[in-house]
Amino acid sequence: MDEKDLEILHILEENGRISPEEIANLITLPAKDVAGRICALEEARIIRKYTAVINWEKAGNGQVSAIIELKVSPERDFGYDRIAERLSRFNQVKSVRLITGTYDLQVLVTGKDMQEVSRFVSEHVAPMDRIRETATHIIMKPYKENGNILFEQPEAERLPYSF
Amino acid sequence: MRDFISGRAQEIPPSGIRKFFDLVLTMQDVISLGVGEPDFSTPWNICESSIYSIEQGSTSYTSNKGLQSLREALSRYLDQHYCLKYDSEDEIIITSGVSEALDISIRAITDPGDEILIAQPSYVSYAPCVTLAGGIPVPVECTEKDRFKLNSDTLAEKITRKSKALMINFPNNPTGAVMREEDLKPIADLVIDNDLLLISDEVYAELTYEGRHVATATIQDLRERTITLNGFSKAYAMTGWRVGFLCAPKPLCEAALKIHQYVMLCAPAMGQVAALEAIRSAEEEKNRMVDEYRLRRNMFIAGLNRIGLPCHTPDGAFYAFPSVKETGLSDTEFAERLLKEQRVAVVPGSVFGAGGKDHLRCAYAVSRKQLTDALGRIEKFMADL
Repeated sequence: MDEKDLEILHILEENGRISPEEIANLITLPAKDVAGRICALEEARIIRKYTAVINWEKAGNGQVSAIIELKVSPERDFGYDRIAERLSRFNQVKSVRLITGTYDLQVLVTGKDMQEVSRFVSEHVAPMDRIRETATHIIMKPYKENGNILFEQPEAERLPYSF
Repeated sequence: MRDFISGRAQEIPPSGIRKFFDLVLTMQDVISLGVGEPDFSTPWNICESSIYSIEQGSTSYTSNKGLQSLREALSRYLDQHYCLKYDSEDEIIITSGVSEALDISIRAITDPGDEILIAQPSYVSYAPCVTLAGGIPVPVECTEKDRFKLNSDTLAEKITRKSKALMINFPNNPTGAVMREEDLKPIADLVIDNDLLLISDEVYAELTYEGRHVATATIQDLRERTITLNGFSKAYAMTGWRVGFLCAPKPLCEAALKIHQYVMLCAPAMGQVAALEAIRSAEEEKNRMVDEYRLRRNMFIAGLNRIGLPCHTPDGAFYAFPSVKETGLSDTEFAERLLKEQRVAVVPGSVFGAGGKDHLRCAYAVSRKQLTDALGRIEKFMADL
């Protein structure tokens, strides 16, 4: 990892579809080198994968998401790891985080409707061993996801000239 | 009826490309590389703190010098970032943009007939401000051969007994040139030997892409004869807030403050609050913007050179300054025809003084997509020549 690798990662994080040629232009390296570096970063699993940020609400394919907070009794030798890993394996679970505060784990779950989410929580999550308490918060409207603002913003007007 | 317009106001030239500018406003689908300001909006934490201050009723005058909290924060910032030591009480004035700081600096030091040396190409207001103050602007050309740095031999030739001060701006608008410590030393020697004052406009300091910005006043023995000007517009995308500042030893600062308090009273209070927030917690946002400018610069300069507009790689600011000499067109002809034929707006270099002749100022503070499109259009224009 050197400075050029870091630059490549920052550029890709912002736009996963940018071509190695374009990146080469931005950081003054030959395109071949950029492609090679990206391969190496993929092989080292530093680049995990390339995805799209989608406003599903606008796409008319509304999903229901919920944040589930869990109180968990930690296990001797393993702490929260085993239960967190077990939760992470579900496809319906989009993120799992150990947090401070009243609850221990925060889990983001999605489903095609409210029933699906509630069935998943009541059948798979709540009855799990060591989970003492759950609090489910249905997400009503997302405004920003992963650093991406989802609402339309007016474009500021600039004068076409200044000195 | 008499002609009421003063001789000085008559003497300063109107903006040479006013007509050109009006033309851009009537055209559709123009990609403008003519704007000397960031395309980013001011970071939201800066806006929000200012909005909150207005909600709290902080809408009055501030002290003439500017908010004490801002001057103190600035004093620490300048020390930490540039090793500049200015006392927050006696040596810093918050101004309405660097433009005002420039004007009051010039007026504070200029007597009728004083010659003020101006390193050119330069920002368009330098010479008119000198004229309005009764001084005589003396251009000192920075040439392409020197990568648009100020050459001490050229400067020496222009110094006379009437020379009072030298005005410089590095990183430079419009060339993007940067002066390193070794470039500044011979200039410093001349300034000191000829007992000149130095006005150093460093508004692009944060936009230095290779190495660190060297503040002029940190060069040995220059501090006592330097007025350092800087502001928030460029680094923090805050052009509309109108907040700049002037730093100088106490006697110079006091003289400038007298003018400032009569003509401006104080910089906008809400802008000062915004500036304070910028210093306190917009470092990361600023760096993010500077990183993006660097990428755009690399790609745009490579593109210009590829399509046959030779351009040195600017080390600072956000301007490319390619030469049009090989096209056989003058900079003004090139800019006018490029606008009419391919709807790309750039600024002819001669607007910035004779040293800018045969060049174009292209601001790359626009999106990468627009830069790519602009390059495509310029390439097409060149092919049709």
